[in-house]
Amino acid sequence: MKQEYTITVYTENQIGLLNRIAIIFSRRKINIESLNTSPSEIDSVHRFTIVINEVEEVVKKLCRQIEKQVEVLKAYYNTNDEILWQELALYKVPTDEIAEKVKVERLLRQYGARAVVIRKDYTVFETTGHREETEALIKALEPYGLIEFVRSARVAIIKSSAGFHEKLREFESQQPGEEVIENEFLNKRGEVFTM
Amino acid sequence: MSTLEALEQQIETPVEKSISITGSEAVLKALIAEGVKTVFGYPGGAIMPIYDALYDYEDKLQHILVRHEQGGIHAAQGYARTSGNVGVVFATSGPGATNLVTGLADAQIDSTPIVAITGQVFAHLLGTDAFQEIDVINITTPVTKWNYQVTDATELPAILAKAFYIARSGRPGPVLIDITKNAQLQKFDFTGYEPCHHVRSYRPKPIIRKEYIEEAAQLINEAKKPFVIFGQGVILGRAEAEFKAFIEKGGFPAAWTILGLSALETDHPQNVGMLGMHGNYGPNVLTNECDVLIAIGMRFDDRVTGRLDKYAKQAKVIHLDIDPAEIDKNVKATVPVWGDCKETLPLLTELITKKEHTDWLQRFYSFTEEEQAIVIRKEMHPTVEEMSMAEVIDALNELTKGDAVIVTDVGQHQMVACRYAKFTQSKSNVTSGGLGTMGFALPAAIGAKYGAPERTVVAIIGDGGFQMTLQEMGTIMQFGAAVKILILNNNFLGMVRQWQELFHSKRYSFVDIQSPNFVTIAKGYGIEGQTVHHRDGLKNALKEMLDHDGAYLLEVMVGKENNVFPMVPQGCSVSEIRLQ
Ligand SMILES: Cc1ncc(C[n+]2csc(CCOP(=O)(O)OP(=O)(O)O)c2C)c(N)n1
Repeated sequence: MKQEYTITVYTENQIGLLNRIAIIFSRRKINIESLNTSPSEIDSVHRFTIVINEVEEVVKKLCRQIEKQVEVLKAYYNTNDEILWQELALYKVPTDEIAEKVKVERLLRQYGARAVVIRKDYTVFETTGHREETEALIKALEPYGLIEFVRSARVAIIKSSAGFHEKLREFESQQPGEEVIENEFLNKRGEVFTM
Repeated sequence: MSTLEALEQQIETPVEKSISITGSEAVLKALIAEGVKTVFGYPGGAIMPIYDALYDYEDKLQHILVRHEQGGIHAAQGYARTSGNVGVVFATSGPGATNLVTGLADAQIDSTPIVAITGQVFAHLLGTDAFQEIDVINITTPVTKWNYQVTDATELPAILAKAFYIARSGRPGPVLIDITKNAQLQKFDFTGYEPCHHVRSYRPKPIIRKEYIEEAAQLINEAKKPFVIFGQGVILGRAEAEFKAFIEKGGFPAAWTILGLSALETDHPQNVGMLGMHGNYGPNVLTNECDVLIAIGMRFDDRVTGRLDKYAKQAKVIHLDIDPAEIDKNVKATVPVWGDCKETLPLLTELITKKEHTDWLQRFYSFTEEEQAIVIRKEMHPTVEEMSMAEVIDALNELTKGDAVIVTDVGQHQMVACRYAKFTQSKSNVTSGGLGTMGFALPAAIGAKYGAPERTVVAIIGDGGFQMTLQEMGTIMQFGAAVKILILNNNFLGMVRQWQELFHSKRYSFVDIQSPNFVTIAKGYGIEGQTVHHRDGLKNALKEMLDHDGAYLLEVMVGKENNVFPMVPQGCSVSEIRLQ
């Protein structure tokens, strides 16, 4: 069954790597719903967060192809219940409209929106949340002359992840011994998608 | 001491103190430190500083000037395939670099270790549509294992060390290093070349899991009809001896993919032949009858598996591969044996029981009998006047005794050569398997000869494919690679014609290719040659070709509309293989 998967990729910070990762999807005609690149908790290690709609079998294979890239340290994939995620959205609305209408104010409070800029001609609000939440506010604001809307890519944290510090140390060691090499998934046949 | 150890010792000695050199010199020093003896290439504006430096290195590095960059990279591939070392090719920016793309793709899909070095415009011109500027990094990303652009010479020693390490380690592949002209010209303090042994984000081989080895051994020991299928992994892993010990102890029948060909000598009693679309009858049919399928260093290409949902469904599958992304990619493995087969095979051999499997092996032999009766004998001894490709290969076998390196192009002659050529030693079959690149054979044979100078190299090529890269005869003329060119001329783009005959109601659409007088052209390049029209002259002509001191072109006119059989039609299961 196709569902939303969030792929988290730890990489070196290398020019061209974005393309190398992106073409793994485009070559298979898979649409990337959302893609975010950012630093990670570790200096020099980059983190990609990629959202796609696919069946698990395909996602597993994609992760193996991603991990195969020389400058990729590790790729994980997770279903939505295994992660915490947020997307940030900005909404530009005419200031007179919202100043006049009490209803709008209630709406914004209900959605936890925050004003980023208030000008004579327009106001920009910001919310963070899941897609349905940010999308619902668009619908709600449309009658009041929503001028512009933009939403960021998903950023996600894996609930069960213990961070990447330990793993990185293993990757960095010059002569990795058996005990320190990242290998946990090889023990669990069902979850194998790494190495 | 193995050559590898010798090489490592050699490259382990850094220069005492720093010297000021140019980026170009650093490139050449790196190649020498990596043990590279021969480079194939073609100069041009953006790589001129490297060629200028090469002028002073002529005694240390042999440079073979090819006639087209595609020829350069195919030659580097041939060199890598027969020598087991990394092949190196130089090209200039723009069209020089784009001409490498086919070869990079070929090397990528066939796991051939290549370091391609391209010149690039000055760094300050990047992105300005400068003369001969193309985005070589992004063009080659899908067809390289790794690529990198150098704009500062100080990076060069470390980057080249990394390039060689990545190209040859793990599952080998092509690496491209693009060097801007300013970096080639830039002087910097060179403190010595240090080989690379580790890249933190790169794990060339997965750690071997004992439990999977044990599980695999148990499956094998319980098997009544175990069947080994092997690919180039055995050759790339230099595991031929370990492989043989494994199959001999277990008494397994073993069949090969065309890239695995020559890893096990043809005459070995357990060598039951070729897999796939034009493979042998037994191995294809019995794939769907074995109870344990042991796949070693092969990737279940669709030309091998035929229809996947009807492929070996009855069997438990043990898959040995160094590349974890191959496991479960096409065929689900019951037991995955990650790792370098040079290490995993001995572990497995130790745990398996010595067995014969005589009856099971006999099944293969009886299929061979049937194939002999219906296909092979007719092919080898045609009753018609026209010669068959198979009888040419058979006559060649007799003369070479299976000791030659056979390089093939793509098409019917390739399938026939792989089916019938005999081999006594590994690294003897060079062909474009995954990409099926017509035009591969001639340049690859040139490279193969430099990779194995003491061996006879025969390039078997179709009349179509030869016309794709025949300009490389110029390279032979100038540098003297003693390549034996055997053209099997059926006056058709034979393989496409065969498909048109079988699947497009004989509508021969643009497959009747005309050829020039190949022998005259060869003569123009100073290469001796002749054409044989009748089988009476065949053996002598082949002998003359092999005995001739230097390169030779022999054109053999073969039947125009012969088909390669057996055949697994596309979309069919391997057990639906047709004998006629
Ligand atoms: C570069 C390239 N273009 C087209 C093809 C498609 N193709 C595969 S086999 C073949 C015919 C080859 O004809 P020839 O070289 O005469 O060899 P034959 O099959 O007759 O032995 C063609 C056109 C290919 N494999 N490679």
